[in-house]
Amino acid sequence: MKYLGILAALCVPIASYAEPNPADWDAVREGATGQTVYWNAWGGSTTTNDFLAWVGKRVAEDYGVTLEHVKLTDTADAVTRVLSEKQAGEDDDGAIDMIWINGSNFAAMKDADLLFGPYAEQLPNWAIVDSAGKSVQTDFTVPIEGYESPWAMAQVVFVHDTADMPERVGSMEALLEWAQANPGRFSYPQPPDFLGTTFLKQVLVDILPDPLVLAAPATDENYEEVTAPLWAYLEELTPNLWREGKAYPATGTAMFPLIADGELDLSISFSPGAASTAIANFELPDTVRTFVLDQGTIGNASFVAIPYNSGSKEGAMVVANFLMSPEAQARAQDPAILGYGTVLDMAAISAEERAMFDGLDLGIATLTPAELGTVLAEPHPSWAVRLADDWASRYGVAQ
Amino acid sequence: MKSRRLLPFLPALTLLAMLGPVIAGLYGTVMPAFGHLPAAGLTGPSLDPFREILAWQGLPRAMWLSISVGFISTLLAFTIVALVVAGWSGTRVFRVLEGALSPLLSVPHAAAAFGLAFLIAPSGWIARIISPTLTGWDRPLDLLIVQDPWGVSMMAGLVIKEIPFLLLITLAALGQIDTRRSHAISQALGYGRLTGWLKTVFPLVYMQIRLPVYVVLAYAMSVVDVAVILGPNTPPTLSVQIVKLMSDPDLTMRLQAAAAALVQLALVVFALVVWRVGEIGVAWFGMRWVARGKRGKFDPIVGKFALFAGATSAIAIALGLAVLCVWSFAGFWGFPDALPEQLTLRNWMRHSSGINQALCETAMIAVVVTLVALLLTIGCLEVEHRHGLRVSTRGMWLLYLPLLVPQTAFLPGLQTLLLNIGADVGRLPVMFAHLVFVLPYVFLSLSDPFRAWDKRNSTVAAALGASPDRVLWRVRLPMLLRPILTAGAVGIAVSVGQYLPTLLIGGGRVETLTTEAVALASGGDRRAIGVFGLMQTAAALVPFAIALFVPAIVWRNRRGLKNG
Repeated sequence: MKYLGILAALCVPIASYAEPNPADWDAVREGATGQTVYWNAWGGSTTTNDFLAWVGKRVAEDYGVTLEHVKLTDTADAVTRVLSEKQAGEDDDGAIDMIWINGSNFAAMKDADLLFGPYAEQLPNWAIVDSAGKSVQTDFTVPIEGYESPWAMAQVVFVHDTADMPERVGSMEALLEWAQANPGRFSYPQPPDFLGTTFLKQVLVDILPDPLVLAAPATDENYEEVTAPLWAYLEELTPNLWREGKAYPATGTAMFPLIADGELDLSISFSPGAASTAIANFELPDTVRTFVLDQGTIGNASFVAIPYNSGSKEGAMVVANFLMSPEAQARAQDPAILGYGTVLDMAAISAEERAMFDGLDLGIATLTPAELGTVLAEPHPSWAVRLADDWASRYGVAQ
Repeated sequence: MKSRRLLPFLPALTLLAMLGPVIAGLYGTVMPAFGHLPAAGLTGPSLDPFREILAWQGLPRAMWLSISVGFISTLLAFTIVALVVAGWSGTRVFRVLEGALSPLLSVPHAAAAFGLAFLIAPSGWIARIISPTLTGWDRPLDLLIVQDPWGVSMMAGLVIKEIPFLLLITLAALGQIDTRRSHAISQALGYGRLTGWLKTVFPLVYMQIRLPVYVVLAYAMSVVDVAVILGPNTPPTLSVQIVKLMSDPDLTMRLQAAAAALVQLALVVFALVVWRVGEIGVAWFGMRWVARGKRGKFDPIVGKFALFAGATSAIAIALGLAVLCVWSFAGFWGFPDALPEQLTLRNWMRHSSGINQALCETAMIAVVVTLVALLLTIGCLEVEHRHGLRVSTRGMWLLYLPLLVPQTAFLPGLQTLLLNIGADVGRLPVMFAHLVFVLPYVFLSLSDPFRAWDKRNSTVAAALGASPDRVLWRVRLPMLLRPILTAGAVGIAVSVGQYLPTLLIGGGRVETLTTEAVALASGGDRRAIGVFGLMQTAAALVPFAIALFVPAIVWRNRRGLKNG
């Protein structure tokens, strides 16, 4: 008995410094109350910003968590910040509590031990996530192991204005032929913008006879040989791009006004519902439709991750869990709001919740899940990094 | 009593607030540029960062852009202003142009750049208005106008923004020179208005405005927000590249960023030296030109051309703001319609909460910083007055120094330094960073009227038994209400327009109208840009309106004070 006092005295400071246990959800909820979560997420799209603001309102109502959206122009900024905080010894209360992340940024942070976890698979709503059917356990071939939780599915679609380009094209080769016949009517965002880099990967995946080589990390030996067809493709495509490839749109959404003005007939998007949403917001004419390639297109999931030095991990987990709730997922899928694909398994949720999804009008420009066809896996992130660098030295600096 | 003890320290405190962050930032840049960054586990000295930045294929072009954009835009803006003032000052046309340009001074650079982009792009308002009736275009031409690789549209954006600034600076300088007699004599000798002014008044004016011209040159060479909106991307300007390197996840990229920042600094120093040599050259040719005694037969043509250029720049900014306004209310607006199919309030409603937050943040920073700047400025000027000091040319250099050092040279260093010492980023450091830029402008704006105040008022008040403090609070400051409010408005406008200090020192957590607007640039949502650009402009303009109306109301029964 006499040790109890000492034990208690020892436990108090330990308890207050201990990492939260994601499996103890009640404790997480309790710890979350009153916390402020700084969510660093790309802020270039008004619709996403509005959605994040709504999430903030809802978690404040239900859990007493204050959500602040820190708008980034580039997710890499947030990675830098955590990295420099670690170097500076700021290990307890960093500036960032949550990051909208995937791909190479996730790989870099996981690799450098900058993330809190594993936590994702302990969240209550993980049970209703479609972990079998959707790529939510690997991110660009990198195993996730619970260090980030999914909240949206994305897939490459091509956006075309049927008033000027009535027919879809079925392959990247066909796209090149179309661009040669219609010079100046197509463009893609400037890499290293993620959508621009995705376009490069999409070309590669489509024109390579055996894209499986992309699932393994790129090596100095095979990189040149594997990517040679891509550069040959771009040599032919670039003079036929918008502005002859002397300038590129900054991001995917920056291409919508160009389509609306009739400067572009064709562009690329990573969000199957974005075109319908843009039509609803007057950003695109209602003649715009989307299509995918015959062999399918690249798809991936968007995640949130929690930096190891967040001072509000409980709050961040509560937000991450809320993002996977049927309520948030149905709202995100509504093309009038975001038009993002859901990560949930429709069979795992209640009929009432399913009705929220079934009631959605996906919008005139959105393909049905069946029409979206085959989802191709992302190449290993090492390819994306090299492709973006290589592109920058070939096309990013005018010769 | 308290203020008397505090007063002598205020000039030192002012210098510290203005130069401290610049010097600390440069220090924080030099160390990593030579490979010393303990936060990344790197210790120097090494020349690798310079080797790496020299290996970047985009460097020659990025450097050339910095130089060409800086020189051409400054030279153009300055020439137009000099010729307009030479050919038209004192006329009614000139007063109209002056009236049109003055309010445009406070339009933030980002808003003016967005407005210009929405005007001159192939799908911009100009093309929409003249199409398809005049041009036959039913689709925008595939022309590289905005973000052209030569930086022409970026130069245009800088020229239209610098013309109002240089014009007002020139007018202020003119007020201190007796131009009437020079003008009368040169006219009597048969010189044209413009040639006579250039030969007799211009040398005196230029001596006064040399430093502000240097500021414009240094600014144009290293600006980031205008370059992001109007400048090229393949490759970008050197300053934009520095900001990109600073945000790379790989911390060692900061070494390259620091090295590039020093290259940028060297470029600006080089450009200032070249400009100075150019001054000597112009002076030499000018003397010869004066001695030849040509009376200026081309005056009318040159004068009209300059007036046209000046008016065009005023119209470009005004139309730019107008098109921002139209976009902010636009429903679907296809090409080549001159106006949207429908007007809607939806864009404003959508952004109302974001705007409220950003506006509060912007206002809080701007007001606090401006109040501190006013306090320090008035303190310095009062010390100067009580001790009978005079500011030397060297003192003026100190005042302009923070504006001459390129922002991209010291702000990245300041951010790294703050990080190294573990200081939190956020609102307070941002305020200090803003103070660096706000203080000089507030000082410059307030010092002339403060010094010009009739000292006999203070003699009379002292003779009636008022202490120096009482004279300051009860006589001098109330009489100077209008210039103080104007200086405050200048300070707020400067703070509202700051992009890079807010972005880098705020670590992304401090979101003002300007950072929000520039962040939207990458998304290309013209309606959102319209809303934020207009709000940004309003935040900078409203204080000027207050500075105009408040004295008129407070001093409605004091005719002599109404106009300052």
